[in-house]
Amino acid sequence: MSLRIDQDHSRFRNIVRGRIRQNLRKYISKGELLGRQGKDIVSIPIPHIDIPKLRFGDKQQGGVAQGDGDPGDPLSGSPQEGDGDGKQAGDQAGDHPLEVELTLDELADILGEELALPKIENKGKSAIVDKKDRYIGVRNVGPNSLRHFKRTFRSALRRQIALGTYDPKRPVIIPTREDMRYKSWKTEEEPVANAVIIYMMDVSGSMGDEQKEIVRIESFWIDTWLRKQYKGIETRFIIHDAAAREVDRDTFFRTRESGGTMISSAYRLAADIVERDYPSLEWNIYPFHFSDGDNWSVDDTLLCVDILKKLLLPASNVFCYGQVDSPYGSGQFIKDLKEHFSGDEQLITSEINDRDAIVESIREFLGKGK
Amino acid sequence: MAQFALKTALPNYLRDEQRRIEEFATKVGLDFFPTIFEVLSYDQMNEVAAYGGFPTRYPHWRWGMEYERLSKSHEYGLSKIYELVINNNPSIAYLLEGNSIVDQKLVMAHVYGHVDFFKNNFCFRMTSQGRDPRSGADVRKWIDAMANHGAIVRKWANRIGIETVENFIDACLSLENLIDPQKPFLPIESSPRSSEEDEPPEAPEVPLLRVDREYMESFINPEDFVESQKKKLVDEAAQAQRFPTEPERDVLGFLLENAPLQRWERECLAVIREEAYYFLPQMQTKIMNEGWASYWHSRLMTENICDASEIVDYADRCASVLATTPGQLNPYKLGIELFRHIEDRWNKGQFGKEWDDCDDWGVRRHWDRRTGLGREKIFEVRALYNDVTFIDEYLTEDFVADQKLYSFGYNQRNDRWEIESRTFQEVKSQLLTSLTNAGNPIISVVDANHQNRSELLLEHRHQGADLRLDWAQEVVKALSRIWTRPVEIHTVVDEKPTALRYDGNDHSQKSL
Repeated sequence: MSLRIDQDHSRFRNIVRGRIRQNLRKYISKGELLGRQGKDIVSIPIPHIDIPKLRFGDKQQGGVAQGDGDPGDPLSGSPQEGDGDGKQAGDQAGDHPLEVELTLDELADILGEELALPKIENKGKSAIVDKKDRYIGVRNVGPNSLRHFKRTFRSALRRQIALGTYDPKRPVIIPTREDMRYKSWKTEEEPVANAVIIYMMDVSGSMGDEQKEIVRIESFWIDTWLRKQYKGIETRFIIHDAAAREVDRDTFFRTRESGGTMISSAYRLAADIVERDYPSLEWNIYPFHFSDGDNWSVDDTLLCVDILKKLLLPASNVFCYGQVDSPYGSGQFIKDLKEHFSGDEQLITSEINDRDAIVESIREFLGKGK
Repeated sequence: MAQFALKTALPNYLRDEQRRIEEFATKVGLDFFPTIFEVLSYDQMNEVAAYGGFPTRYPHWRWGMEYERLSKSHEYGLSKIYELVINNNPSIAYLLEGNSIVDQKLVMAHVYGHVDFFKNNFCFRMTSQGRDPRSGADVRKWIDAMANHGAIVRKWANRIGIETVENFIDACLSLENLIDPQKPFLPIESSPRSSEEDEPPEAPEVPLLRVDREYMESFINPEDFVESQKKKLVDEAAQAQRFPTEPERDVLGFLLENAPLQRWERECLAVIREEAYYFLPQMQTKIMNEGWASYWHSRLMTENICDASEIVDYADRCASVLATTPGQLNPYKLGIELFRHIEDRWNKGQFGKEWDDCDDWGVRRHWDRRTGLGREKIFEVRALYNDVTFIDEYLTEDFVADQKLYSFGYNQRNDRWEIESRTFQEVKSQLLTSLTNAGNPIISVVDANHQNRSELLLEHRHQGADLRLDWAQEVVKALSRIWTRPVEIHTVVDEKPTALRYDGNDHSQKSL
């Protein structure tokens, strides 16, 4: 059924997509993409346009609330103008981002829907087959451990009634050998789509905390989405400055080095890992590289291009390069990549200037459905 | 389908319930407009809620945004709208299809509380459009009014283009909160300027020194000096002839009368202003209105409506409505508790000089004069107060302690929100501050001919909290779009008097 509001709604969608009313786009707030992690609480980004009004500044005004606590105690969560439980007197609604507890699976669904991400097409080269037993029926023979009590007693009851030996006043049912029923199973073969994500990050001096935070948020969402698409996904982490090494997740986000930057070192290590552990015929491979785009030398950049062309790209589903904006980096590397790989759909580049750009960049990376 | 009548009539079993609940409500003394309930499916409900409860509004993307927010939160299971009621005569209330019967009864009882409040509270008087000559009843045909607004805006959108009209409406909406809550709700009267005003002011007399000998005249009162004095006086007189003579808080009304608007602009601005005034009482009485409705749903449900099998479901639902969260004021909770507090005090005679003068805690605690005036008192309060006066008069020290009210604020040093105080005075003043002017800054037009260049000057009466600057600049821009000349607003930023200005091309900010 069509609603009257559809017109207003499609107008709003068009503003959000930037088709009309460009002047309003700057007011769109995405909401904090990743709220609190841990208890799986996240904010869902629903675009919202605020009409500017004369209002008090954010932290200028306090308020009054009810509950326990002593002066000086922090309030859990930030105060928001609340509309209680969704009841309204019919005048206006609060405009805070929605917060909800979600499992990562649901989250991936919502992410996919919000960003209109296509389902990823499996490269179809997986040859690994996994065998799985499934209980699907009953049969008359089997081990006692699989005995199906309910069905056993039911057939015993049926037999006793048929024979006339069943006495409703004294309902005793004794199964005999023929009454026994056992669960039966079938072994099914299902193809396993295995995937690995290789995160590479530049940890040279020019990457600050804010840049790393952007990478962390972005990689969280990439993880979430790809996990939804593949069973048994693996992740590997490589950090590099002038030299590259493999690390665990924690170190990945914490390390800060001061050295120079040779991106080729990371690419070479990634290529080695792929060759050693992930034969590309069986694995879906997703290398992601984040950097501020400041490479040591032109020669090294050419070396990178070479490794990409010969080793990484042929093996990967898609290679993604995300460049975060930093006050120190020259940002040259993304231009070089664009120049060498123009028209190559397998290599995706994206510039992530601030947190607001994360959504757009995820869309760029995953929007092709590879 | 939507343009035809929707099948929203009440099914029989709900109509029976409505009759029953209406009877109970009348018996306890609630006095309401005729109330019509309609049952909506969830997407219809979301639509109506996005339109602020009305079936038709003027076209605007904002409703679409609200609709998306509501339907998303519904789909993700975050929230569900149970109830919507609009201030109209007859009042229209919506029930959500598929809610349990206990929920529906609860909503009905709640709605009768609201409608009684709409009808009797003095703030809502200004939403009356007159009286019916035959029955003497309030005329509140706001559903029609909103639909007419829709027709006006749609007409201009068709003629001039939706883009142009929407741009203008966005500018008006930026000013939506710049209205004067004290101004009674009246339609704009066209006031042709009196012809006197257009006459040039008489040339003022310059007081001259006494001259006894005529030939000394040009020495004692040199001509150029007299001339310069005369000019100064003329300038001063012009300055004194400020327009508006008094600061005008109804900025929308001021623009409507004085800005050089085209016809379509004038009509659209009038629509926005009228609706802003319509919604004003709901913002001024949020705590009272919700408190009153909750008070009555709880009374009616527990004393009359529910049977034993329903009471647990009811209690569960009611508890979730009245739940409190840190850093968030629940108007339902504060309102209902304060009404109960008042009823209790007036039942026990805890008021008047004797009570105020008594400072013996033991005596006060067992004070019960069996006056039994509680019920009468709360009915009086619901008619004669708004949130500010309600809190100001009836929030007591005992109540603040019992209800564990606290004030909170942002601690710059710790970079977090913290509980600030539990003392009565501070909680009360914080609460009143945040309710004053419905939480909006106080802004008035002070000069429509600023610097004698027909620029518009507004002033923010600073009371401790600064304006959000990036928004303020956008608002100044919106103002200059309507005023068509540069606009300046005087406010205080970081304790320094500051002028924010938009001259048609650029923003500027300078200290005064």
